[in-house]
Amino acid sequence: MRPAQFGILLASVAFAAGPALAEKIFVSNEKGNTVTVLDGASHEVIHTIEGMQRPRGITASPDGKHVYVCASDDNLVRVYDAETYEELPSLPSGPDPELFVLHPSGNPLYIANEDDNIVTVVDVETRQVLAEVPVGVEPEGMGVSPDGKIVVNTSETTNMAHMIDTETYEIVANVLVDSRPRFAQYTPDGKFLLVSAEIGGTVSVIDTATNEIVKKIGFEVPGVLPEALQPVGVRVTADGAKAYVALGPANRVAVVDLGTLEVTDYLLVGQRVWQLAFSPDGKLLYTTNGNSNDISIIDVATDKVLKSVQVGEQPWGVVAVP
Amino acid sequence: MKMKGWLLAGAALVASAAWAVDGTEYRAAVLRVDVPNRPLPISRLDVPPEDLGFAGATLGTADNATTGSFMGQKFTTETVIATPETAEAEMQKLVDAGIWWIVVMADADTTVKLADIAGDRALVLNAAATDDTLRAEGCRANLLHTAPSDAMLTDALAQYLVWKKWDEWFLIEGSHPEDKALAEAYRRAATKFGAKIVEERVFEDTGGARRSDSGTVQVQGQMPAFTQRAPAHDVVLAADRSDVFAVHLPYHTWEPRPVVGSAGLTPESWHPSHEAWGATQFQTRFERQAGRPAQDEDYQVWMALRVLGEAATRTQGGDFAAIHDFVLSDGFDLAAFKGQKLTFRDWDGQLRQPILLAYDKVVVSVSPQAEFLHQVSQLDTLGIDRPETQCKK
Repeated sequence: MRPAQFGILLASVAFAAGPALAEKIFVSNEKGNTVTVLDGASHEVIHTIEGMQRPRGITASPDGKHVYVCASDDNLVRVYDAETYEELPSLPSGPDPELFVLHPSGNPLYIANEDDNIVTVVDVETRQVLAEVPVGVEPEGMGVSPDGKIVVNTSETTNMAHMIDTETYEIVANVLVDSRPRFAQYTPDGKFLLVSAEIGGTVSVIDTATNEIVKKIGFEVPGVLPEALQPVGVRVTADGAKAYVALGPANRVAVVDLGTLEVTDYLLVGQRVWQLAFSPDGKLLYTTNGNSNDISIIDVATDKVLKSVQVGEQPWGVVAVP
Repeated sequence: MKMKGWLLAGAALVASAAWAVDGTEYRAAVLRVDVPNRPLPISRLDVPPEDLGFAGATLGTADNATTGSFMGQKFTTETVIATPETAEAEMQKLVDAGIWWIVVMADADTTVKLADIAGDRALVLNAAATDDTLRAEGCRANLLHTAPSDAMLTDALAQYLVWKKWDEWFLIEGSHPEDKALAEAYRRAATKFGAKIVEERVFEDTGGARRSDSGTVQVQGQMPAFTQRAPAHDVVLAADRSDVFAVHLPYHTWEPRPVVGSAGLTPESWHPSHEAWGATQFQTRFERQAGRPAQDEDYQVWMALRVLGEAATRTQGGDFAAIHDFVLSDGFDLAAFKGQKLTFRDWDGQLRQPILLAYDKVVVSVSPQAEFLHQVSQLDTLGIDRPETQCKK
């Protein structure tokens, strides 16, 4: 991209998106042992939080005041004040937490423990473990239905999505998907669940009423080896029209039309694109690119990649708070 | 709490049309053929653990059982230790007991004999022998290989050396037939990837104890002299399957050159330091259960049993024929911490897999190297490709 064009695009985005003054982006850097904080408007790095080991999954409370980080090698969830970056008391997580999801109400937190084949449920206020739910081998992806009634865990070696009732902590259904399921994301209306399978190379679209797979979305990019097309992070726009799928070592984000369930575009981003997050207004999509140590910023309206910003070493997860 | 969860999950499965609790029990076996009075390894660190391979079986069975608990499937694995004399009788017993998924850890000749005993009554999975002959004239329709072949291992190292532009090799091979076969695989790899073997020497095994209290004194004189006066070379490449000399080469070569092959940088299916692609989870699961790091054979047995588990999951109650057909179909793939799906070559039953290049502490690189392309699967740049196969099963 030529510098002149770049400048214009950047200016127009800042103007069009008009994020709130305090908007911030938090990026966990798995190898750097840090969280990079970027300003949501300028996309400049404004702070680096240190003092954690192998941060991976990252999320924020619904009010945007607290940021939760899976510190995998610390075996706990670290909590930070999004305003001051002060570290708050940690949450127990069970061993080797990788990914988690917050209940839509902001409590509790559901954590996948890769080493123990369990999902740990933690009350973020009392910091007590509420339950441990046995699931398949190597639990990884976590999703929660918009009504908060079902939390989904994907197990990477068992190759299933386990639907867990958030009231009883019992598994109510299991759906077999393709190899090494990494991420689970509901559509905003809760009617469909998207599950990415990294090694299988597909995203399964599950009808949540029947728990049946209605379609497996495959990916194909000319000039890219099929085995490099490895879907990982998935996000769905607030209007439910489009899904974005990070394709790992293919260095692309696929755009899926959720009406037709067809891939409409592939966006070239940084290397080993891993997880995705929208800006609070939903106008921008941020991608973590693990091998190029940067994030890419995508304009959701036009599906154009606007720019990339260097963060820490091996960025893994990302969350934006208002 | 845990049991209740599973039972309820099972009940939900019955209720859902998408699910059938098939109640199938899958019985597998691991038959390990130990050669008595085998010489001790040079390094005491290389003494094989007593549960070599079996520990991989324990983990593979446990992983299958966890998945099976959601499917109403049970997995059991019988482990048997035999000698070359008792191996065939033990195989016959397993087949007669109706076990049709038998993982074998034995040398190439024994593996072929055992596969022939199994015939069409059982599938045999070779989790130990790397010999290329087993994938060529020794191949069998009922024999699959989770162990990589020598051709794959040597190609993996060759790709890296060529990428590194260390393409002039000083090859030292042992004097046993299996060392000769390995050296031949390196010659083939050199030709395939454009490296040059500038010097070849044979290190004769003169017998005697591999270790003695004053051992290093002699080695320090012997190895430099043995590697003296070779033409200019980038690496010293050791083909020493018999473990007679290779581990004594590093730091003892006449020229200051890296040692690769059977010592130094070695091509392997697994390494205790491997952490990429979720491998840490395998390592910690394995170590917690076995109390030691996993070795190649453990990983290869684990894969052999996970193939069964994966096929049982996908076929949902499949019998021998259904599982056999599925494993060899396009629909089959195995995730095994190598960053991509692993599948079987239909021409010789070999499992395609990336190969780790490691020295004692870390994985240095993983082949195939990105620069070596292939029209079907990049993994087929490693080993014997379809047009070259000598397998007529």
